[in-house]
Amino acid sequence: MRDVSIIGIGITKFGELWDKSLRQLGLETGLSAINDSGITSKDIDALYIGNMAAGSTLQQEHISALMADYCGLTNNHVPATRVEAASASGGLALRQAYMAIAGGFIDIAVVGGAEKMTDVSDSESSYTVSMGSDEQWESKAGATFASLHAIIAQSHINEYGTTREEMSAVSSKNHYHASMNPMAQFPFKVSSEAVSNSGIVSSPLRMLDCAPNSDGAAAVVLCASDRASNYTKKAIKIIGSGQASDTLSLHHRKYLNRMPAIGVAAQRAFESCGKKPTDLDVIEIHDNFTISEIIALEEIGIFKRGEAGAKILEGETKIGGRIPVNTSGGLKARGHAPGATGIAQIVEIVQQLRGEAGERQVKNAKIGMAENHGGTAATAVVHILEAE
Amino acid sequence: MSVPRFWRELDTRYNLIGSYCKLTKTYHYPRRTFDPDAGRESIGTMEDYQFKGTGEIINCTVVHQAQTGYEIFGPYCMAIIKLDEGPKLTSQIVDCEPNTIKPGMKVKAVFRKLGEDSESGILHYGTKFILREIPQVEDENENLSNIEL
Repeated sequence: MRDVSIIGIGITKFGELWDKSLRQLGLETGLSAINDSGITSKDIDALYIGNMAAGSTLQQEHISALMADYCGLTNNHVPATRVEAASASGGLALRQAYMAIAGGFIDIAVVGGAEKMTDVSDSESSYTVSMGSDEQWESKAGATFASLHAIIAQSHINEYGTTREEMSAVSSKNHYHASMNPMAQFPFKVSSEAVSNSGIVSSPLRMLDCAPNSDGAAAVVLCASDRASNYTKKAIKIIGSGQASDTLSLHHRKYLNRMPAIGVAAQRAFESCGKKPTDLDVIEIHDNFTISEIIALEEIGIFKRGEAGAKILEGETKIGGRIPVNTSGGLKARGHAPGATGIAQIVEIVQQLRGEAGERQVKNAKIGMAENHGGTAATAVVHILEAE
Repeated sequence: MSVPRFWRELDTRYNLIGSYCKLTKTYHYPRRTFDPDAGRESIGTMEDYQFKGTGEIINCTVVHQAQTGYEIFGPYCMAIIKLDEGPKLTSQIVDCEPNTIKPGMKVKAVFRKLGEDSESGILHYGTKFILREIPQVEDENENLSNIEL
């Protein structure tokens, strides 16, 4: 197996981008990643696209060819592949490209994630998101995506005594981080009290516990590590990659307050590079709801079960704390454009490891992790990156 | 949802039909071709089973921002229920004060409308759950009935 490095990154602002189409977002972010990497379009062996919902939101499938076309890659007939795993589509697209290069099939790939969620009404975009759970036996029975996470949260509260303040601290901390990220959808601070007093979506989850449904795109250029120096001096190596699945329906799981696929994917990623949770300097977590960040940190092994909430409340995951989490603002405040989210996380970790994160830079960040999952964590993808 | 897509699940939805694995002596809902714990060996040992429809609430939430098609219910209770035979499912709890529903409460299945495709489209029926015992709520009208007119 060959080593694989990230040699270029690009990201759009996340938000309600009514003036931009999916293809514009994809092109914009792809071009900025290619410019950043130093490659030319002739160097690209393959294109991978993470996209969850273009069929539902735009009545457009075949996003792979569409992106290859609008990125000007069809003259060379560059192979393009769309990857879908609900909100884990981006992370999974990255993993496909990583495996293709590590396996020696190709040398250079562009991996993009793009999503348009605001071309449809709120109720349509919410229903689209709930297609990441079991449409037949959860959504159609009346369960919203938020309500499934509300049950997860209630179960965590009942088992471990997790508090309202602890969940609010996740959202407030992520907004604080986003206030330093110009690409964030909500680049401003929100107090913990404001989170606790926001409207109830599905008890115990409130409006400011929930990530938005955003438009946005992000892209990275991957290259076989032994060739990376031909193009850039700031390559970041992908040292670990892990993926795991679980039952699609939450109700088929033994524990409602755990997300075991995240733990297994993280374990596989750690094993692939011989690292452990204490080696990490910075982490991006898939905080589609505040409870998800709490559980994911417990699954990865950063905190013991039932202790993450209290540690977050103490500030351990803030920039300047022991292990900063979601320095980008996370899904909650940077925004959540399902197919793009997994790539946006990688862009943030690369910026941190390059030392280019500006105001939100984590000091001496050398090793970072991105955890991306789909549905109620029925698919989980974890990557570990290291500065060379 | 298209007619055939709903139609082929009718007995599962209307009558709580699932599977019983004779190999591992476990129950499954909805139907499964094989038991995930027994793998391929259980193919052919699965038989249809109609659940009694009784169970217990494992956990629940009060949904304030309703799922599409459930807007008329206002805040409503969604729960994960463990059927007495073992398998779990997700269902709305109806005919109740949503805020009074707690884990451990006993429930039973009832036949209800799940939704409709459109005003002229087909209606979807299926199973929802109600409490087996209605919790005692203080009735404000009780005092009124004692007042002599």
